Amino acid sequence: MRSFSLIDFVSLFTALRWTVALVVLALLFGAPLALGLAMGRISRFAGLRWTMAALIQVIQSVPLLGLLFFFYFGMPVFLGIQVPALVAVTVAYTLYTAAFLGEIWRGGLEAVKQAQWEAGACLGLSAWQQFRHIIAPQALRLSLPPTVGFLVQLIKGTSLASILGFVELARAGQVVSAATFQPLLTYALVAAIYFALCLPLTLWSRSLEARLDGSR
Amino acid sequence: MNFLPLWRYQNQLIDGAIVTLELTVISALAGLVIGIAGAVALKGRITPLRWLVRGYIELFRNTPSLIQIFIVFFVLPSFGLKLPAFEAACVALSLYFGAYSVEIIRAGLDSIPRSQIEAGQCLGLSGWQVFRHIILPPALRNAYPAVTSQFVLLLLGTSLASQVATDELFHVAGFIESRTYRSFEVYAVICAVYFAMAMSFKALFAIISLAAFRWPRRR
Repeated sequence: MRSFSLIDFVSLFTALRWTVALVVLALLFGAPLALGLAMGRISRFAGLRWTMAALIQVIQSVPLLGLLFFFYFGMPVFLGIQVPALVAVTVAYTLYTAAFLGEIWRGGLEAVKQAQWEAGACLGLSAWQQFRHIIAPQALRLSLPPTVGFLVQLIKGTSLASILGFVELARAGQVVSAATFQPLLTYALVAAIYFALCLPLTLWSRSLEARLDGSR
Repeated sequence: MNFLPLWRYQNQLIDGAIVTLELTVISALAGLVIGIAGAVALKGRITPLRWLVRGYIELFRNTPSLIQIFIVFFVLPSFGLKLPAFEAACVALSLYFGAYSVEIIRAGLDSIPRSQIEAGQCLGLSGWQVFRHIILPPALRNAYPAVTSQFVLLLLGTSLASQVATDELFHVAGFIESRTYRSFEVYAVICAVYFAMAMSFKALFAIISLAAFRWPRRR
């Protein structure tokens, strides 16, 4: 046993970069996929709409912890080769992000009135141009606050990677707590770091919501 | 891939699912009580109490549920409050669910226009009658979708209780895995069980909503 010292402080903050890396990876791969899901959900083709809806429903009805374990142990089974843990974890967080962001963005896209698409068509814009120049900017405005809100969920969600042995903030907290026998100090510090990351985003989301109020 | 070795563990799986359901229902009920009390406090006139509730909401919504469970289980004993795993998970999840409930219930109450309340007062209804007949029914309908989807998230979130060795479904998965070494198969089955439970609750909530909120919406 040793006392809580500067080195423990440093190890928590160095572990923080993995928390950040997981969030960045999840957004990097999850956001394009979410856009695809959202566009599939409002597509003209019923088959595509249903498939996307089912996919989102499945991912949202399974615990994030379950997704992580499923892909951690499942990737070698599907692919027949061992993959690094980071790949499996990234796949799980990507799907999680895609499902939730996809639903949020679909809501934004559907909130823009049908007449706007028609107005674009009347101006001779192609379907893509209508989406790109008329629908997407308005939908973005509407869905920005919940998107930032989801970012908070995602940051908190990365703590689950600790259970697979990933040394991010939560795991570093466990390690330091076990080494110093100071769970109070360690977990309070870990919680404070998460809090310091998430609170600004929560406040930002709330001010966006007030500012971009759709009902105005 | 071989699912057969899991077959004989079905009793453990059922027991685990029951503990998961207990954990969910207890935490949801306690969380709703916190939510109602918190919403009333937020509407009240006692400023320090309002700050306290706001602080509680922000604290619990901006830190991971996993860390909250760890703090209740590992830190509270140093203050002389030693809870068994199930109880500790219940306390942590109730507080987490409660923080979201306060905001949902407050938003539900706020969704009733002031003029409707005044209309009720003009009809000579008492304060309780106004609340019971004018505020409560539409507030419940407005809050209902958010509460139920938060409930499903809570159901999925109880899986974190496995990390302090509560005997719920995800913990059972670890046990079966250690016996059979069929990691992938075990977690595929566990995911399917959670999926079935979540979908059942979603269906149940949809049916309740159809039966309970029959009056038409304002267009």
